[in-house]
Amino acid sequence: MHNIYIYILVMAGVTALIRILPLTLIRKEIKNVTVRSFLHYVPYVTLSVMTFPAILGATQSMWSASAALVVDIILAWRGKSLFVVSVAGCAVVLAVEFGMHLAGVL
Amino acid sequence: MRNERLKWFKLGFRHGIPIMLGYFAVSFTLGIAAREAGITAFQAGLTSALINASAGEYIGFTLIAANAGYFEVLIMEAVANARYLLMSCALSQKLPPDTPLRHRLIVGFYITDEIFSVSYAQPGMLKPWYTFGAAAAAAPGWAFGTALGVIVGDILPLQLVSALGVGLYGMFIASFIPPAKSDRLIAGLVVVSFAASFLFSKVSLPWLTDGVKIILLTVVISLIAAILFPVKEKSPVSGEKEEIKDA
Repeated sequence: MHNIYIYILVMAGVTALIRILPLTLIRKEIKNVTVRSFLHYVPYVTLSVMTFPAILGATQSMWSASAALVVDIILAWRGKSLFVVSVAGCAVVLAVEFGMHLAGVL
Repeated sequence: MRNERLKWFKLGFRHGIPIMLGYFAVSFTLGIAAREAGITAFQAGLTSALINASAGEYIGFTLIAANAGYFEVLIMEAVANARYLLMSCALSQKLPPDTPLRHRLIVGFYITDEIFSVSYAQPGMLKPWYTFGAAAAAAPGWAFGTALGVIVGDILPLQLVSALGVGLYGMFIASFIPPAKSDRLIAGLVVVSFAASFLFSKVSLPWLTDGVKIILLTVVISLIAAILFPVKEKSPVSGEKEEIKDA
């Protein structure tokens, strides 16, 4: 039988190392254009990849999630703040799923 | 100096509040998974406070339930969380070079998808105190949500859990859409990433977990973009004006 606290320690240790090592070891501005460009694109690509299509499975129905996705993109495009975009998405899901419930399709 | 720090901490804290709400909902369901693995509320809360990673913790709880070996847990945890290595590399170019080690340790410890997302979205160089503020607001939501999930299980109405589920994605969207609006190349990258991610979601192989897919897609797409469209400016982030971007 394994000890739960050793499990937690192993998980915490390896996760912390992964997060902290680059940030503490890379202290200077990287000069290599390809590496710098790569790191410049990483955040946008990784956030996009994590968002779609995962968002479609985050709610009770693909349709409520799709509506939230569209509304979020429009609001973000118009420069609304992080808070507004995030809360609006949640509100859209509540409203769409309530409507679907009334219509008897959820 | 102290006022400056407080100003950034407060702004980060304000941006961390919606993250905290989203975390609360997501970690609540994580707590339910922990309970099924026979983990107590304290242990689950501790795990969340120390690890701050949904997929990584979920895999961990599953392996613990299966009484897996420590080494197996270590490897799986490294794979599930490897994307943070890339985020940490990217963030290293956004921190001022003279940032002290203790600040780097704290910022690094709190690189989650969401805290990274708001930190990277800040114009100009990143003030560590901004990230401290965001983490101070968000992290307790994650830890207490997990613990509460173990204790009360499924009392939160399904409709609410469902609605809160998209909250975290809203934060991602709010981070990558504004730069996509001002830079057509980034807009193109977002579209390509969406399409590639969609195609990959249809592929199912035993070793190709969600964590591995995220890393593979991120590395391949970013690398191709870097080769085809090298960034010309001296520094992609430090040249911009350093204003406080208000909520």
